[in-house]
Amino acid sequence: MLGGRRAVWVSAVSTLAFFVVIVVLVANAPGADVVRRGFFAPEHLRGAFPDVAVKFFLVNAQMFLMAEVLVLIFGLLLAVLRSLPGPVMFPLRLVAIAYIDFFRGMPLLLWLFIVAFGFPGLGIRGISGLSQFSYGVIALTMVYSAYVAEVYRAGIESVHESQTSAARSLGLSSGKALRFVVLPQAIRRVIPPLLNDFIGLQKDTALVAAIGLVDAVRTAQGYSTTHFNFAGYVVAAILFVAITIPLARLTDVLLARQQRRTQAGGGR
Amino acid sequence: MSGVVNGEVLRLEKVHKSFGKLEVLKGIDLSVADHEVICLIGASGSGKSTMLKCVNLLEPVNSGRIVVEGEEITAPGVDVNRIRRHIGIVFQAFNLFPHMTVMRNITLAPTEVLGHSKKRAQSEAEELLRRFGLLDKKDEYPDRLSGGQQQRVAIVRALAMNPDIMLFDEVTSALDPELVAEVLNVIRGLAETGMTMVIATHEMGFARDIANRICFLDAGRILEEGPPEQIFSSPREERTQRFLQRIIEAGRL
Repeated sequence: MLGGRRAVWVSAVSTLAFFVVIVVLVANAPGADVVRRGFFAPEHLRGAFPDVAVKFFLVNAQMFLMAEVLVLIFGLLLAVLRSLPGPVMFPLRLVAIAYIDFFRGMPLLLWLFIVAFGFPGLGIRGISGLSQFSYGVIALTMVYSAYVAEVYRAGIESVHESQTSAARSLGLSSGKALRFVVLPQAIRRVIPPLLNDFIGLQKDTALVAAIGLVDAVRTAQGYSTTHFNFAGYVVAAILFVAITIPLARLTDVLLARQQRRTQAGGGR
Repeated sequence: MSGVVNGEVLRLEKVHKSFGKLEVLKGIDLSVADHEVICLIGASGSGKSTMLKCVNLLEPVNSGRIVVEGEEITAPGVDVNRIRRHIGIVFQAFNLFPHMTVMRNITLAPTEVLGHSKKRAQSEAEELLRRFGLLDKKDEYPDRLSGGQQQRVAIVRALAMNPDIMLFDEVTSALDPELVAEVLNVIRGLAETGMTMVIATHEMGFARDIANRICFLDAGRILEEGPPEQIFSSPREERTQRFLQRIIEAGRL
């Protein structure tokens, strides 16, 4: 590269200038002082942190971890159902397509309300009478599985049909060909976009506050009403961002590795 | 399977196959005896590959019958997975499983289809790999092998199922010229062991050496068939003559 050191210099100076401008602009805003006290007061950041962090890890983090495991399984099931060949499987395909279309269009917040307030009224044992936490996990799983199913399906369709032909020619049933030959390759290819959807899912656990569940957001809200200070929101925000960053970097690394592998022209 | 009937392993009767409006096979009749090596020659698009895929039931036929060891495999309700165990096929593009080691590529079907133990499948695979000089590659992934090595692994993978008949679909067409010989030598070795084979190929010299019988396909029909000496030195049909003339002009015979 031409003038590599010069490029480093230029980017360092422009980055510095950029942040100086932002800081100056924000610090000189008419309400800067009010905002600083309202959101960033050190004693309130410290004061809100323990409760918000505990709720973040006990509620939000636990919720997205459970939902992610369920989404991986349920999404795969939907994708496989949607990919089933032949006229006999048509009803199953239809159900999968209808499900995916419906839940991709459904706003998560709405579905949270419907599940949390509707399922208890159904009076069905095993579905009604669950905790708000469980309803949160169920709603997240139902909506995100629809997205993840499409990611899986893209992966399944990206595996060339000659792979299936080769597996079938050896006498493997279509189910075994899918399990041993197609899915392992498909899943490997879709890990980056899959992680991307998980970042979305992790953030969206903030919405469960709306159904009355005391999570990090609700706890921050409580702090703000008792102490007349918004530092709790900042704490919660930092926690949400901090926990997605490693996942975002992992996605980048995996994408870069994948690109290197295909560009290296590893042949067929 | 019921075994060899009258020394005949494979028979095709009036096999027709169309893709949409395009009729690719227009009534193929062929009988293959046990231990026989048949080479299918003909221009691209003459139906050689489609014919092999039909025998392996990778493509359903539109009409006609295919009989393998006395059993009609084109009959409705036939268990295709059971049939395929007895028919090995090797493809032009190798089609190895890229996410599996050479060893796993070979042992997958014996363990999952035949129900062999992992230990048995591996020792049989090692035996085959040794025979074809590939034992040191058993833990490699396909992408790390040359095209010729990949194609030999694909042949071993098909052989691991202990098939009664092997089909080869232009298996050297995707190879660099210097890698063709190693693959052809493997097939020659198989012929010496008495393996029944149907080979679609553009390698005329190889076909002349190895085949008991040559079938010249033209526009979905077997236009002419006979022993290699006759087909290559005194073809009866004008189209066969023209095809071979072009091959000679291209320096491929």
